[in-house]
Amino acid sequence: MGFFLETLFGGLMAGMLYSLVALGFVLIYKASGVFNFAQGAMVLFAALAMARFAEWFPKWFGFESLLLANLLAFIAAMAMMVVLAWAIERLCLSKLVNQEGITLLMATLGIAYFLDGFGQTLFGSDIYSINVGMPKDPAFILEGMFEGGVMVSKEDLVAAVIAALLVIVLALFFQKTKTGRALRAVADDHQAAQSIGIPLNTIWVIVWSVAGFAALIAGIIWGSKLGVQFTLSLVALKALPVVILGGLTSVPGAIIGGLIIGVGEKLSEIYIGPMLGGGIEIWFAYVLALGFLLVRPQGLFGEKIIDRV
Amino acid sequence: MDMTDINPAASAAAADSGRRFGDVILDLQNISLRFGGVKALTDISFDVREHEIRSIIGPNGAGKSSMLNVINGVYHPQEGRILYRGQERKRLEPYMAARQGIARTFQNIALFKGMSVLDNIMTGRNLMMKSNILQMALYWGRAQKEEIAHREKVEEIIDFLEIQDVRKTPVGQLPYGLQKRVELGRALAAEPSMLLLDEPMAGMNVEEKQDMCRFILDVNDQFGTTIVLIEHDMGVVMDISDRVVVLDYGKKIGDGAPDEVRSNEDVIRAYLGTSH
Amino acid sequence: MLYRENGQFKTSYAADQQIFPILQDRWAIGLLLLVAFVAMPLLGSEYFFRAILIPFLILALAALGLNILVGYCGQISLGTGAFMAVGAYAAYNFMVRIDGMPLIVAMLLGGLAATVIGVLFGIPSLRIKGLYLAVATLAAQFFTDWAFLRIGWFTNHSTSGSVSVANLNVFGIPIESPVSKYLFCLVVVCVFALMAKNLTRSAIGRQWMAIRDMDVAAAVIGIRPVYAKLTAFAVSSFIVGVAGVLWAFVYLGAWEPAAFSIDRSFQLLFMVIIGGLGSISGAFLGAAFMVLLPVVLDQLPHWLGIPISTATVSHLVHMIFGALIVFFLIVEPHGLAKLWSVGKQKMRLWPFPH
Repeated sequence: MGFFLETLFGGLMAGMLYSLVALGFVLIYKASGVFNFAQGAMVLFAALAMARFAEWFPKWFGFESLLLANLLAFIAAMAMMVVLAWAIERLCLSKLVNQEGITLLMATLGIAYFLDGFGQTLFGSDIYSINVGMPKDPAFILEGMFEGGVMVSKEDLVAAVIAALLVIVLALFFQKTKTGRALRAVADDHQAAQSIGIPLNTIWVIVWSVAGFAALIAGIIWGSKLGVQFTLSLVALKALPVVILGGLTSVPGAIIGGLIIGVGEKLSEIYIGPMLGGGIEIWFAYVLALGFLLVRPQGLFGEKIIDRV
Repeated sequence: MDMTDINPAASAAAADSGRRFGDVILDLQNISLRFGGVKALTDISFDVREHEIRSIIGPNGAGKSSMLNVINGVYHPQEGRILYRGQERKRLEPYMAARQGIARTFQNIALFKGMSVLDNIMTGRNLMMKSNILQMALYWGRAQKEEIAHREKVEEIIDFLEIQDVRKTPVGQLPYGLQKRVELGRALAAEPSMLLLDEPMAGMNVEEKQDMCRFILDVNDQFGTTIVLIEHDMGVVMDISDRVVVLDYGKKIGDGAPDEVRSNEDVIRAYLGTSH
Repeated sequence: MLYRENGQFKTSYAADQQIFPILQDRWAIGLLLLVAFVAMPLLGSEYFFRAILIPFLILALAALGLNILVGYCGQISLGTGAFMAVGAYAAYNFMVRIDGMPLIVAMLLGGLAATVIGVLFGIPSLRIKGLYLAVATLAAQFFTDWAFLRIGWFTNHSTSGSVSVANLNVFGIPIESPVSKYLFCLVVVCVFALMAKNLTRSAIGRQWMAIRDMDVAAAVIGIRPVYAKLTAFAVSSFIVGVAGVLWAFVYLGAWEPAAFSIDRSFQLLFMVIIGGLGSISGAFLGAAFMVLLPVVLDQLPHWLGIPISTATVSHLVHMIFGALIVFFLIVEPHGLAKLWSVGKQKMRLWPFPH
């Protein structure tokens, strides 16, 4: 039972990170109908920027404070994500308005390829570390209930708290601010929103910036845990089944979908994996999402898709 | 038929002279259709007789297009019976309706934008092509013969609709009026026994409307095709229809010959608003 | 002035329905085939066959298969690599497990195996569209990646995970030298390209395009969406599977599942987009572009005397491809093939602007 709970917690933590990336997907899809395949490349790009700036700034400006380096690197990386959002809107999205979903999807694949190459040309392609002072030692909880307690990683716990905070902040941003209201209006109907004077282009830049912010947070957490390297961009591929499961347009869907996939992956790897030769984590999420699609194409919380003639 | 035929007297005369109306070919009984909580059609019954031009009119949102979608299987009504050629029909997919000889055009043109005029009309004859995938891959024997035989038929339709000069143009590049014509051509290519036309004259100028009227009357006259027509232009409807059914808010408020419908008080109220 | 169709009147529909109705085009294609079949084998160097022509031909074939699905039928696939892998491993198993299995039969059986798997993963396309279908095909990709890595039976329990074939021959003629490999691929590619072209100009091709352009209207004129979509998946996967066999047997010789990873899937999709969605020649143009660009980028610094590391080159290739994808989607969704036909159109009218 203790082991089961450990696996469960591990799954929840991993799931929280999937949720973070999935959140970026959902935000962009809601606001612009773009299925953003480049979200993973954005995570990689942001993490690379963060890791390298934190390394370079102390050298360039001759200071030693790790906190200051991280802070400046964070600001610089975020600034880059905003510039990126602006560039994507300007050079790509604004020219593909009213195109079909498939075209937009393929365009984001192009963006993803470009970003992967661009990021590694700028920042290098080795493995870099991000040190933002995440606790590395494990903690034991529920020691009263089980012998030896249940081991959870403190790092994961902190990460989960950060992810949860981010979700709350985003929810508040959407519900309570003027910009958030404009975002929701755009999500509902581009043309109607435009006709009452909401600047579509600005909104898209904001959405992509917010998605960039989510990517940066995910990149920092993931990067400090596993190191920053090319494989980070594959995270997007993990988040894909999450959004399918949760529903493309639903923020809570992204969170719950992430948790389900995270837990499902870990549990299936432990309990079903050995029967099949192991390594089933790679496809488990996809097959789960695919099965789900066939039963409920709009996902857990998505809006029902109605074809009009 | 030339343009002088398009006036009430002439069409009334045609009706009086006992144009070959056959039996009831399509009988809709108590049809109700809902989308979630929204009622699109409520308890609608009417029939269509062979060889006639049957119009459906009504204000915007009355459920006219939904009615056509029910007839050719795009929507499935929750209640009611549909009898086609005397057979009660169960849940039927659109492609099966096409196989039973029901063709249609759409309110917003639904052509295949990436294909040429020729290919668009050729798709209308796909149902009749019987060669298998291997024969097509080799483009030999039956496959090639079929392509050529059907091409000849399609060229007849192209001649009929007077669109010879654009046959190889991608339809996306054609002006609106011509696109509507191509769409009619695609429907005709299937040699349907019943043709559903959803606002074939919307957005056209007078001249284009006259052309389209002529085509519709010719189709009805030459091929004996039964036509179910949705149209907003009352002049046209009253001119060319044999019988008219009037819908409002998903309910039937009138049904009968053009003159009867014109004098029906409910219909006048729906169109002109009430003055109590 | 040379490129004119004036005076070339068609007197029958058969003449009007030829693949190349214009006389000059027939000359050009004849010349191209002459160069490909005669001049190349006489003049090409070994490097040229190995590094450029053979991969170009095989990737063009795979792109052709993918283009039928994506370009003609409008169903997106991010799992092309998976279907190539199925073809390759199936053919490998037929070769290893059945004595005296001829290469061509194994190749076709590999294609059939890919067809079965392709149709299986195409079934979700009946219920889901666009983005969602992308996920279904990704599922195919990850599942086959895993299966060929972890299920020993597929690799004949090879300990290294890598499998290989040797002593290939067709009707007793050994396919070992670069020239013979090239000619073998060339013949296969020409045959499949011709058959694909025939399919796309027949009833079935029109069904695919109708489903692509507007599925509801297609159903209303009597096209069964189920049949149209699944045949597109079947034909596409068959061709892709055969390309997988060629890639593994002829180009690589020895391979592991990574040869058919998701990167391969993306690469092929990019070829189709850059070359031209919904065009047979587009697959060839896209493949040529995709094969040549890295080679040129690799050589360019040497010629110019600027030192660039291989890693940087590969990043540059990524950037250029990415940018080009976006460029083509915005400016010319029908890719290089469309640019080519626009050029031809201009030539027909030259020296007049219209």
